[in-house]
Amino acid sequence: MESDIKDNEMDLLRFTTAGSADDGKSTLIGRLLYDSKSIFEDQWEAIETSSKKKGDENVNLALLTDGLKAEREQGITIDVAYRYYATPRRKFIIADTPGHIQYTRNMVTGASTANLAILLVDARNGVIEQTCRHAFIATLLQIQHIVVCVNKMDLVDWEEEAFRKVESEFRKFASRLDLADVRFIPISALLGDNVVDRSKNMPWYGGSPLLETLETVYIGDAQNHVDARFPVQWVVRPQSSEHHDFRGYAGRVASGVFKPGDEVTVLPSGFTSRIKAIHSMDGEQSEAFAPQSVSMLLYDDIDISRGDMIVKPNNKPNIGQDIEAMICWFSYTETLRPGSRFLMKHTSKEVKAIVRESRYKVDVNTLHKVESDPEFKLNEVGRISLRVSAPLFYDSYKNNRTTGSFILIDMNTNATVASGMII
Amino acid sequence: MDYRLSHIKQLESEAIFIMREVAAQFENPVLLFSGGKDSIVMLHLALKAFHPAKLPFPLMHVDTGHNFPETIKFRDELVEKLGERLIVRLVQDSIDQGKVAEEKGANASRNRLQIVTLLDGIEEFNFDACLGGARRDEEKARAKERFFSHRDEFGQWDPKNQRPELWNLFNGRKHFGENFRIFPLSNWTELDIWQYILWENIDLPPIYFSHKRRVFSRHGTLLAESPFVTLGENEVVEERVVRFRTVGDMTNTGSVESPANSVEDIVSEVASARVTERGARADDKRSETAMEDRKKEGYF
Repeated sequence: MESDIKDNEMDLLRFTTAGSADDGKSTLIGRLLYDSKSIFEDQWEAIETSSKKKGDENVNLALLTDGLKAEREQGITIDVAYRYYATPRRKFIIADTPGHIQYTRNMVTGASTANLAILLVDARNGVIEQTCRHAFIATLLQIQHIVVCVNKMDLVDWEEEAFRKVESEFRKFASRLDLADVRFIPISALLGDNVVDRSKNMPWYGGSPLLETLETVYIGDAQNHVDARFPVQWVVRPQSSEHHDFRGYAGRVASGVFKPGDEVTVLPSGFTSRIKAIHSMDGEQSEAFAPQSVSMLLYDDIDISRGDMIVKPNNKPNIGQDIEAMICWFSYTETLRPGSRFLMKHTSKEVKAIVRESRYKVDVNTLHKVESDPEFKLNEVGRISLRVSAPLFYDSYKNNRTTGSFILIDMNTNATVASGMII
Repeated sequence: MDYRLSHIKQLESEAIFIMREVAAQFENPVLLFSGGKDSIVMLHLALKAFHPAKLPFPLMHVDTGHNFPETIKFRDELVEKLGERLIVRLVQDSIDQGKVAEEKGANASRNRLQIVTLLDGIEEFNFDACLGGARRDEEKARAKERFFSHRDEFGQWDPKNQRPELWNLFNGRKHFGENFRIFPLSNWTELDIWQYILWENIDLPPIYFSHKRRVFSRHGTLLAESPFVTLGENEVVEERVVRFRTVGDMTNTGSVESPANSVEDIVSEVASARVTERGARADDKRSETAMEDRKKEGYF
């Protein structure tokens, strides 16, 4: 039994994979799952049968992740697919995002919750426009760790020179980005070199294979444990005589640490109280930190509802209605321009928003600012200013992924049309 | 100070967050409850999310009439103990009303017929969000599903036009007549579910544990002898020691031979399993895209 309890105490790494259409992304994920023995016999048999049906020579590992009919027919990945595997050290959630230029929104989606991004580069083609685009998005979404996998090393005779060339090209481009941690690994996803096991074909590479890198990369600093922010999601008020005075403010700690006895301020009212208890069905807790879901009880009876935020009096977020943000535009049919109106979701709050100014767009291939065209079209990224209908309690995205992010919703179609990162 | 959460605690917190979002964003949600382990875990998480209050939504079971009697008994006793509200809608009623026709032949199943009963139930009670226990690791079409999965006024899923889900921001806005399927367990695997059941000491119906049962082999799975299955010519019933890894209809849920009679045993068994739990589900084996096809029609 002891070993099972240990399994329960594994931590969790969320990573995203990006590459262009034929870089072998699905093959790499298939390889990680296969070599870590996360593919089951029936799944294996199913893709073996489909591979034969299609006349593939080898079992096509990409069929494991390409779940939709259209994807299998066209041999491409359309939508973000989530995959799961675990090693004795860690559990992994993979957001596999398609590389086609029109699907940038999927990479942004996958990147929004990731601690690490794998960027695949074809060793024969080197760093291409899409590699730069993906690196830029990873930076924009503040992914802490980037692993550049130089794939198809088998097709360049396992030569170090090809690998070093990609490395220097990428570093040159990345020097203009604010990337925290970048590593490079030469691999062959098809043959398995440096994926799980160290490659015998590339003795010149002294680093870790990919799986070991994923297992050991430090993610303890992924959460902000300094700035206490608790967006109220729901008020628990039991309609029973036993609990008739109970009023629990339910939510998920966005950042920081809360303890019973702590003095807190409630926004927007500004009233101050102290935490009476931090409550869950398992009993009372001595503290709560991100990303725990808890209910908080306060000593004073204050009017608090969904959309309010509980913080510490000596460490308040920004409070305001004028927001500066980087956005990525997702709509195929609509555009964003000064004067456009939306619904905005920010933490547990929903407000109306109007675009004041479109400051610039970023050419994601050259990183140049484009100021001549104020209209955002599909997949375009840039900076805007917004005015919202009620004060937001926010931090910069750089300091706080939860209180620094928002989405914009089209009021007619209800579609999610943009992601926003507050500056 | 180390403020790290184990992966199970992170998954629990995420699921509770989703449940609370549903309560806050929708007017009339429902938790789809089958008496299977995933829906029992869902119910447990829902109780945690709103403790010590009652659930802000009822439970609904779309009952094919072909369930294992042990599951139904367990369902009724659990709901009774908790004092929560359970709605049961029967596939048999949809058949009697002529809305669906029973499948014929040796592999006949009511799996597909459930869709009509479910959509009727949603309409009858005006449910605008149905919480389900589906997981992305179960099946390849599910791997592309969102936490908040939008359905049009016909209950259909359009996999190519899904709303992007970023960070923890979930967009549950909809037009009149549309609704959502919500999957708080999206990021859980079968092993996570079992570890959580062990960790939280959650009760399950007895058919998940090793027991003697009269079974026969069909297409490589061991089906239970039942009034709903007609034996083929060469099919022989014999008593074996088995357990079920999933709980669906008696007509298509295969058992596995297993001595595992505690949650601890099952955790070790699942950890070393070489076949997915749906590998024993004949309903998924009908074609490569069987699940995607059913989902597009309104299956959860």
